Amino acid sequence: MRDFVSGLSSIVANIGAVALFLFRILGQVPQALLRFRLVVHQVHNAGALSLVIVMTCGLFVGMVLGLQGYDLLQRFGSESSLGTGAALALAKELGPVITALLFAGRAGTSLASEIGLMRATDQLVAMEIMAVDPFRRVVAPRFIGGVIAMPLLTMIFIAIGIFGVQLIGVQQLGVDQGTFWSQMRGSVDVDDIMQGLIKGVVFGIACSLIAVYEGYTAEPTAEGVGRATTRTVVNSAVLILILDYMITAVML
Amino acid sequence: MQKGPSSNPMTDNLVEIRDVYYSVGGRDIFKGLTLTVPRGKITAIMGPSGTGKTTLLRLITGQIQPTSGQVLVDGKEVSKLSRRDLYALRQRLGMLFQNGALLTDMTVFENVAFPLREHTDLPEELINHLVLTKLQTVGLRGAAKLMPHELSGGMARRVALARAMVRDPELLIYDEPFAGLDPISMGVVLRLLRKVNDALGITSMVVSHDVDEIAQVADISYILSGGKVVASGSPQALKADQSELVKQFMNGLPDGPVPFHYPAADYHSQLLS
Amino acid sequence: MQQTRATEIVTGAFVLFGFAALFFLVTQITNKDFSVSNNGGYQLVANFENIGSLKVGAPVSMSGVTVGRVESIAYDQDAYKAVVRMHISSQYNRIPDDSDASIMTAGLLGGQYIGVTAGGSDKYFKDGGKFAVVQDALVLENLINQLVASFAGKKSDSAEESK
Repeated sequence: MRDFVSGLSSIVANIGAVALFLFRILGQVPQALLRFRLVVHQVHNAGALSLVIVMTCGLFVGMVLGLQGYDLLQRFGSESSLGTGAALALAKELGPVITALLFAGRAGTSLASEIGLMRATDQLVAMEIMAVDPFRRVVAPRFIGGVIAMPLLTMIFIAIGIFGVQLIGVQQLGVDQGTFWSQMRGSVDVDDIMQGLIKGVVFGIACSLIAVYEGYTAEPTAEGVGRATTRTVVNSAVLILILDYMITAVML
Repeated sequence: MQKGPSSNPMTDNLVEIRDVYYSVGGRDIFKGLTLTVPRGKITAIMGPSGTGKTTLLRLITGQIQPTSGQVLVDGKEVSKLSRRDLYALRQRLGMLFQNGALLTDMTVFENVAFPLREHTDLPEELINHLVLTKLQTVGLRGAAKLMPHELSGGMARRVALARAMVRDPELLIYDEPFAGLDPISMGVVLRLLRKVNDALGITSMVVSHDVDEIAQVADISYILSGGKVVASGSPQALKADQSELVKQFMNGLPDGPVPFHYPAADYHSQLLS
Repeated sequence: MQQTRATEIVTGAFVLFGFAALFFLVTQITNKDFSVSNNGGYQLVANFENIGSLKVGAPVSMSGVTVGRVESIAYDQDAYKAVVRMHISSQYNRIPDDSDASIMTAGLLGGQYIGVTAGGSDKYFKDGGKFAVVQDALVLENLINQLVASFAGKKSDSAEESK
């Protein structure tokens, strides 16, 4: 029982630390944005370098969705709804969540280990001694880069995914092209896309925050950085799915 | 800025540690530490491993606060400074870290230029001039385009020195500058230490336990042990000091007041049980 | 920090790509009918006893073609009816003013919309015109009540007959 309470209180303390960390970052965001070059560099790191993995996975998720969706709908004679079903699934759930998980794995770990290594080699301390706030110079630009990159990656994933559905559904399995698109257009609202976009932004904030936090607070040893990287992925994944439920429940 | 034995005795010492107590995690690191760092001279801080020499540096740069006592830099108490004043103070000092602590994603040139770019609005030509001058002082002007991972340990440390000097600080702090260097690099660093201190008229503080090296350049040395100063004076005076601890330290004797054996149970009884 | 020029170009391309994807999704995937809304048009009103699950934004169609959208739904406390305002596209300006508006259901389980059946008048609706004839949404409970009532009626009829 005592272990449970102390475990619980350490989780709560952790959440508090992360929240304080976030406020500190937000305080530095305006100035960090003035260093536009830095931010651009980080958007490149977090976003452009994740493009290949996001597009590849988006294509294959779309294709699988096409296959599974067709197989399922065919049992009810509703193959023509493939476009609708797949587009909605991608835009509202699969797109944001899978992109976020991929992001945490690729960009999140990169951020965490970069910052963790700077911590382990005293670079962050050296910066502080040189009277440069590492939050402004290192942490905030990376956070902003992640927050900007995530929604964009999500949109790309969804778009490529729908293309993948179309590739299988229309080209391969014979769903009528016109039916595919018109059914989709008939049932998908701008609201649905917005849901996906909002989730993308929220997940971007969550994943970037966790990544920079774990990196910044990593123990300055080799194992410390490794553990921080692992924690980034695990905590990001859990938080993404929890937030996904909460946002979906609110927006539905 | 006052230099040398000034008319104002208040600011004769750039750094003053007055009866400082500091403990962390239940361990007492400093128990009534008192020392002064006079302007314009090279002061050495020595002592057995674990006596908190690096902690002392962190107290001076304001990274940590003493539990009690005062840490004064240029007459100002560091722990009482606001964040902005602390940052202003830090811009007047330069620190050389044990492993150089160069920023790994930038070239040597960019590393040395870093403080200039962050804190000043100097035009590019002027930055270029300053950086190359400092690199020339440490003998690495030709290495300006290299990345930190392409440098040897000694070279990295020299670049870090150039970076620490680039804004002409009043106080240069060296944290274990000789650790892990080959004799040639060590000689280079020693020479630079003295040259930089005298040519620029600044104050230097060196934390080290390389007794023989330090003796060649220090004007005044302190030996710390048990959380306080146990001996101080010029290197020659310390060499002649007769107290047990100083003798053990200065001559590198394996056993003495700092015991060889980590505290353990009785040897015979442990073997036979 | 090196290849900043190339980095910036790639990043810019990435951002553009992302926005292009968003643009594509919004225009090609959704049913945001850019032609019907915001190009003038006029408003028509219909009062219903029961609108069922009709929503704002639902289509108004004639012969299956979307001619407008439901703009707002309100409740009139004096007349005790639902007031539905519709925005009709300006190109459909020859709707006879004795046409009726019914609330229909798309497909078996689809959303509800307003179906307008043309009347025979040669006067046309103007802005603010009101539908005189309306057909409410079919509500399941009412249907069941009707069914039960008709059974009861048949029973009493046959009971009467067999007397």
